[in-house]
Amino acid sequence: MAANNDDVKLIGAWPSPYVMRPRIALNLKSVEYEFLQEQFGSKSELLLKSNPVHKKIPVLLHNGKPICESSIIVEYIDEVWSSGPSILPADAHDRALARFWAAYLDEKWFPNVRAAPRAATEEAKSAAVSQLKEGLALLEGAYGEISRGKDFFGGERIGFLDIAFGSMLGWLRAVQVMLGGVKLLDEEKTPGLVKWADKFSADPAVKDVLPETEKLLEFAKILMAKAKPAAS
Amino acid sequence: MATAREPEEDEEEEVKLIKTWSSPYALRAVWALKLKGIPYESIDEDLTHKSDILLHHNPVHKKVPVLLHHGRSICESLVIIEYIEETWSQNPPRLLPQDPLQRAETRFWAKFVDDKALPAIWQAFSKEGKEQEQGLSETAEHLRLLEAELKKKKKRLFFGGEEIGIVDIALGWMVNLVPLFERILGVKILDEEHHPALLKWRQRMSDVDVVKENWPPRDKLVAKWTAIRERCVGKAAANE
Repeated sequence: MAANNDDVKLIGAWPSPYVMRPRIALNLKSVEYEFLQEQFGSKSELLLKSNPVHKKIPVLLHNGKPICESSIIVEYIDEVWSSGPSILPADAHDRALARFWAAYLDEKWFPNVRAAPRAATEEAKSAAVSQLKEGLALLEGAYGEISRGKDFFGGERIGFLDIAFGSMLGWLRAVQVMLGGVKLLDEEKTPGLVKWADKFSADPAVKDVLPETEKLLEFAKILMAKAKPAAS
Repeated sequence: MATAREPEEDEEEEVKLIKTWSSPYALRAVWALKLKGIPYESIDEDLTHKSDILLHHNPVHKKVPVLLHHGRSICESLVIIEYIEETWSQNPPRLLPQDPLQRAETRFWAKFVDDKALPAIWQAFSKEGKEQEQGLSETAEHLRLLEAELKKKKKRLFFGGEEIGIVDIALGWMVNLVPLFERILGVKILDEEHHPALLKWRQRMSDVDVVKENWPPRDKLVAKWTAIRERCVGKAAANE
């Protein structure tokens, strides 16, 4: 399906967990691509043209054709570069589980990661942290069930759900710091996920793409400064 | 999602669908199963008293629909449709295209329906004043995009092409609920001037046997949604 002279570009930005997902997928498939980084605070003509509906990153451009939405891009990569290691599980029910949890992460869990440090009151902050911990408890259970004793959700190798969740680890660690050292991933409460997180971060397809906590913290400062309304 | 106890031999092939009489999400699963000719048992829920079966099989969201197959559960309507497509891939019609690029575009629009179109219309339906106006204007914008997308299709029959596919199924609520919402709100959402293709699509969808034969009872639906609207408006009034 894919040829060696395919033109592959990815429009994105290094801090975005959603952008990280296709990068990891392309790495797993050993696909070379051009990473077109958006300037923070503005959207390029190419982005607006390639994703007119949402105007968001990531966008994969494969021989000029755009594919949008991070999970959809990862599934596309898996289907097109079918000779590489599989990203989606082989079994239909396992695939459904992976998609289910990826949707849960995007719709329910990650919004709290972003909200927690920005919460206006201590109460709101506390509530966000509780929700995050509850979510992680669910994910610990899911990890136990899905990994079947292997290292990753995908089994012996990282797969779709590892990528969906693992791409959020950078921000999870940064937010732990921003919240004054709160332990969200916890050796006592989520021991499986703690081990998984370390293995995931060290994976060759991941380690150059997952940003360091320090860099994300610096970036977060810029983000929060821009978000504040101008002082009088 | 929980893995149930080991199924009995004769239960293994059994397909069950946990649903409610009115959920548009559950209706998607009904259509997918019936289109593919897959026999299943319905487990009808009363969401005010959730059953142990539902809570066991969808502990995370506690929502319908839930598909049970080989004793294992699949949750989230679009995930269910992809599961049905993959598991009964020999049964026509094809609910997703085979070509990866077309599949990606199809998934994009199905996700658009759930991420954008539905929340906007819910806002228009459940709010008043400025919030409602915002919901209506966002709905209009999303319908404009869907109209344009439908017009791109060569034969313009369905989003899925000549036969209905996952996007058509995802948009099914536009067929019966939009006229209902228009009536309850006293507002036009779809019109000939702006949505000629969508209106023709809606007519074609209504004529599909599986769609025609499985609508929830209309009078009950009108009563239910009228009551929801009254509760939403009442809540707003109570909060003033």
